Amino acid sequence: METLAKISTTENILKLIEGSAVPSWMGIAQQRSALDAFSLVGIPNRKSEEYKYVNIELLLKGNFSLSGFDKITNQQLETAAFLKDAILIVVENGVYNKTHSSSSLPKGLEIVDISEASSNTIFQEHFAKYAAINSDPFIALNTALALGGVFVHVAKNAVIETPIHIIHLSSISENTILNYRNLIVLEENAQLTLIESYEKIDSSAKLFGNALTEIVVAASAIVDHYKIQDEGDSGNLISTTQVIQKKQSNFSTHVFTLSGLMVRNNLTIVLDDQHIETQLNGLYITNGNQVVDNHTLVDHRKPNCNSTELYKGIIEDKSSATFNGKIYVRKDAQKTNAFQSNKNILLSDDGTINTKPQLEIYADDVKCSHGTSTGKLDEDKIFYLRARGISEASAKKLLMHAFASEVVDTVKVEALKEYIEANISKRFE
Amino acid sequence: MLSIKNLHASIDGKEILRGINLEIKAGEIHAIMGPNGSGKSTLSAVLAGRAEYEVTEGEVIFNGKNLLELSPEDRAREGVFLAFQYPVEIPGVSNINFLKTALNEIRAYKGLGPIEAKDFLALVKEKQKLVELDGKLANRSVNEGFSGGEKKRNEIFQMAMLEPQLAILDETDSGLDIDALRIVAGGVNKLKSKDNATVVITHYQRLLDYIVPDVVHVLYKGKIVKSGPKELALELEEKGYDFIKDEIGA
Repeated sequence: METLAKISTTENILKLIEGSAVPSWMGIAQQRSALDAFSLVGIPNRKSEEYKYVNIELLLKGNFSLSGFDKITNQQLETAAFLKDAILIVVENGVYNKTHSSSSLPKGLEIVDISEASSNTIFQEHFAKYAAINSDPFIALNTALALGGVFVHVAKNAVIETPIHIIHLSSISENTILNYRNLIVLEENAQLTLIESYEKIDSSAKLFGNALTEIVVAASAIVDHYKIQDEGDSGNLISTTQVIQKKQSNFSTHVFTLSGLMVRNNLTIVLDDQHIETQLNGLYITNGNQVVDNHTLVDHRKPNCNSTELYKGIIEDKSSATFNGKIYVRKDAQKTNAFQSNKNILLSDDGTINTKPQLEIYADDVKCSHGTSTGKLDEDKIFYLRARGISEASAKKLLMHAFASEVVDTVKVEALKEYIEANISKRFE
Repeated sequence: MLSIKNLHASIDGKEILRGINLEIKAGEIHAIMGPNGSGKSTLSAVLAGRAEYEVTEGEVIFNGKNLLELSPEDRAREGVFLAFQYPVEIPGVSNINFLKTALNEIRAYKGLGPIEAKDFLALVKEKQKLVELDGKLANRSVNEGFSGGEKKRNEIFQMAMLEPQLAILDETDSGLDIDALRIVAGGVNKLKSKDNATVVITHYQRLLDYIVPDVVHVLYKGKIVKSGPKELALELEEKGYDFIKDEIGA
């Protein structure tokens, strides 16, 4: 049965691609090899080690379209633009909407529709060079089918003070598979705060989003990166972030999964030179039948680099969360400091947490550690708060906020932090 | 104010309290002393409403209400305060936010609106002084990284903020050096009035040099076996608990 199901889901998708108008901006040859790579592996089933805790075949059962989009209204766009002080980039149904995006850009910042960037030499140098089509079927699928997105370029020494907010907003009237991607390139010594948010206009139609962002952080560049995933009960999202860091660069990422039926994050950071700093933070708050799966890979290739990773989750109802954190420390990467921690609170008896730290260390002079914990809210703390007149419900809320705050406090954009805090408060009501 | 009659309580099927009788009136300070394992902490836990203890017999009436039927938070809102022997550390919850939430929930219970931010801050400032608590500690997470003495002072600070009618100090002297002891006791004494009452639970007489009780009770094997004036505490200190055992023929 398993094999049959696999063949049918993958074949369904291949059939769908064959019968649809597919964008061609990536170049036919590249797309064809990507599609071949996808067909070879297909949609992962629960036997595939990397995807065993998300039943993607089940999510893709039934009819899907590649173009079941609805127009998005101005008002819907405004709601999605929750940051007042930001350089706005609107990606509407997978395509850059220039009219709704910020037009005046600071010096050193260039934003181009990714489907019109192919003649740009910097684009050519980096596009699809880091997310390898044979490493993951969704990277392959994206490389074959991406509708659009943006290419963001920050010139050498340019410090972009205002955060860039890329709003990925989708509205669909039938079940739809949506592939879209961004390429972010920072030249030497450049600085950028990048916020990527994912939202879906509420409807019963199921969205299967396959988003990919490649980020190039050149020597001494600094990137503060955020993902806010909030697509509601009918949104499924595969979100791949592929980062390459060069000498003395600093990259920090903060992934907040606030809603979504299924969210799978594939985050890969390659530390490709010396004296690199990397921070990975994640927070997922799940309820209902939600499935959230965070796969991270930190690849220490050279000596003298530091990476710190903290992922926390609060799991309620029948929801399930997975954390799989890999750290490679290659033979050359002496004097590496790599720390990883995953902590979870399980609020119900029916919730599931899978946590798997994976350290592969081939160098001998390194400091690496990982820790994981899963528990309920601490009864002693609840009692202490209640003994001061605080209701049980408020006590639990206070403790959940406290638990989440360790990750929320890593947010450096004050307005974004407030937005996330307000969202979390709503979740705990 | 508080009337405990024939209180029996057990944990995991093991009986700890075996018929406690105690009457406390407004304006009084009662000390409850006893050797380890006599049931001192169980008594305070039962009064505060810890769920793991089962009351098997007896009653506790607080200002005319059956205390045992109230949730822990409602007991606090009615005016019962337990200063914990081991205050819990709560990283991520600031002392200030915690106290504001507590104060406002108590006020809501009494039909009052939330306290004005300005009044709240003034109150914090005033009460901090009472236990010589550093302003920085008030802004930190509840008890996180506090020394033993700071934790106990924080308990009395909370008590000062919430102004309970009945305060139960569970081994508040344990782990305190003499200076901290003096500060904590000073705070308790300043909060004393004719309308409230204090129960001091302690193993040693030391604290009673600073907080002078009206009555001293000796708890032994889950019962109050002897009550007397403050001199009883000195006698216990001098002769040890064995003299009680001899006296009651245990």
